[in-house]
Amino acid sequence: MTDVTKTFTLRRRTRGRLRRERTTLDAVDGVSFTVPRGEFLGYLGPNGAGKSTTIKMLTGILTPTSGRVRVAGLDPSRSRTALARRIGVVFGQRTTLWWDLPLKDSLTLVRRLYRVEETAYRARLAELTALLELEPFLATPVRQLSLGQRMRGDLAAALLHGPELLVLDEPTIGLDVVSKATVRGFLARLNAERGTTILLTTHDLGDIERLCRRVLIIDHGRTAFDGDLAALRRTAGADRQLVVELAAPGPPVELDGVPVTDVEGPRQTLRLPDGANAASVVAALAARYEIRDIALRETGIEEIIARLYRGDR
Amino acid sequence: MGVIPWVSWYALRRYSAYPLGSMAEAVTNSFFGVVRAGIVIALWHARPGLGGYDTADAVTYSFLTQSLIGPVQIFGGMELAQRIRSGDVAIDLHRPVNLQAWWLADDVGRAVSTLALRGLPPMLVGGLFFTMRLPGPGEAAAFTVSVALAVLLSFALRYLITLSQFWTHDERGVQAVTLVLSLFLSGMIVPLVAFPEPLGALARALPCSGLIQVPADVFLGRRAGGALLSGLAFQAGWAAALLAAGGLLTRAAERRLEAQGG
Repeated sequence: MTDVTKTFTLRRRTRGRLRRERTTLDAVDGVSFTVPRGEFLGYLGPNGAGKSTTIKMLTGILTPTSGRVRVAGLDPSRSRTALARRIGVVFGQRTTLWWDLPLKDSLTLVRRLYRVEETAYRARLAELTALLELEPFLATPVRQLSLGQRMRGDLAAALLHGPELLVLDEPTIGLDVVSKATVRGFLARLNAERGTTILLTTHDLGDIERLCRRVLIIDHGRTAFDGDLAALRRTAGADRQLVVELAAPGPPVELDGVPVTDVEGPRQTLRLPDGANAASVVAALAARYEIRDIALRETGIEEIIARLYRGDR
Repeated sequence: MGVIPWVSWYALRRYSAYPLGSMAEAVTNSFFGVVRAGIVIALWHARPGLGGYDTADAVTYSFLTQSLIGPVQIFGGMELAQRIRSGDVAIDLHRPVNLQAWWLADDVGRAVSTLALRGLPPMLVGGLFFTMRLPGPGEAAAFTVSVALAVLLSFALRYLITLSQFWTHDERGVQAVTLVLSLFLSGMIVPLVAFPEPLGALARALPCSGLIQVPADVFLGRRAGGALLSGLAFQAGWAAALLAAGGLLTRAAERRLEAQGG
């Protein structure tokens, strides 16, 4: 029996050793988080932030230098094999599939590997084939598959044994928009209908905006943010931008408390501070200047995350 | 039934996926068999009965060991080495199967595939153009066992070299040294029986001789009764010891692991 609440608690610090020079590198430095069952967590961070290291510790491939990791009640590095039977992992840049054999064969081998019952296997394979649209290339050798097809094949391979937790390391990397949409739609359904807990690392903010209820950002091995998207927007300061097109080019407009950040001919960009009333600013502008066009822009999630990575909040 | 036999079966199929490539290698192996036969004929002409072999033995030895190049992978290396370098080993480590058992099963499939695709052509070429000594049914059966043990032993050695990468970051240096040693000490270049003593005795006591020299002697009928059993026990003993060492090294590597890349 494992803990029924299904809480993943991590508290740890890892040190990877650089070659020869005995410098130490804290790839993950005192990160703590808990993921309740059924969560859809986006795990973000710039390259080298420690995302993959975290995933390798979660799956037991790496042993944390210190701290405590529990996944589904198990200590991953000690119970790697037992844990592997309960979780699914997809490394977006690698494949579990056998390069020279038809996709179907790799899936059969996965069934043997996880000792999935024949009837359960048939049912799951049929379901995954339908949802991931695998049918056209089940008999194609993996080396001939497109990246999008291969990724769908890898997702199927990771889910054949019906894991409670799915860990995805950049599952949409390099995919075209249609493949991305298929993969995202599939993950959303898996989480909503099956209740599968999903932890996803990505650099694609579309993944985050469409899928993740909760976002965790690490940088330099430390937690930089943990919360939902709305909270993320608030943390970064919810300033908006007002783009006005004047009748003629001129000097920057003068308006109290609303700085001009960019002037491009007749087009000027103003930064609306947090809490400013856009309507009154527009009214004040219109009273003093002749305005041809006007647009209000939210600060994009990309910009917010870039600011977090850079460390200026 | 566990997954391991299936790994061998799928490995057999994937290593057989490119029969044209295997054929090209078989042609190369056969060609060098002819070259080696020419050299040993000259050598045994100058030194008849060298090492207790007659000329037919020496010619047979040349073609037979060309046939064994694939199955015992005498030139070393294994796919796992590239996977450690690229970091793909993370996927292997995530599987709920022992790393060594998985790759041993894979290697058995590979060996059977290469034996089937690359084993016969050099022997056929030798039989067509030269006088060869062929074994009786008993010797052939013993030879089959000996080749199977040679494959195990070969895997055990290559696995150890491959895993050294977890510590050295790159196995190519170790690989280069062991390649020369294994070619020389297995009897691949010159039969160990033709080595001057005590170098010959030393080489015959080392595990590499179990890759080539022992199976070849079994094939040539130079090991019978007690000598046959001791030859097979020699191979099995080294294979067991080195596989056990590989098992220990696997555990150490998992503790040590620093997955490279990604």
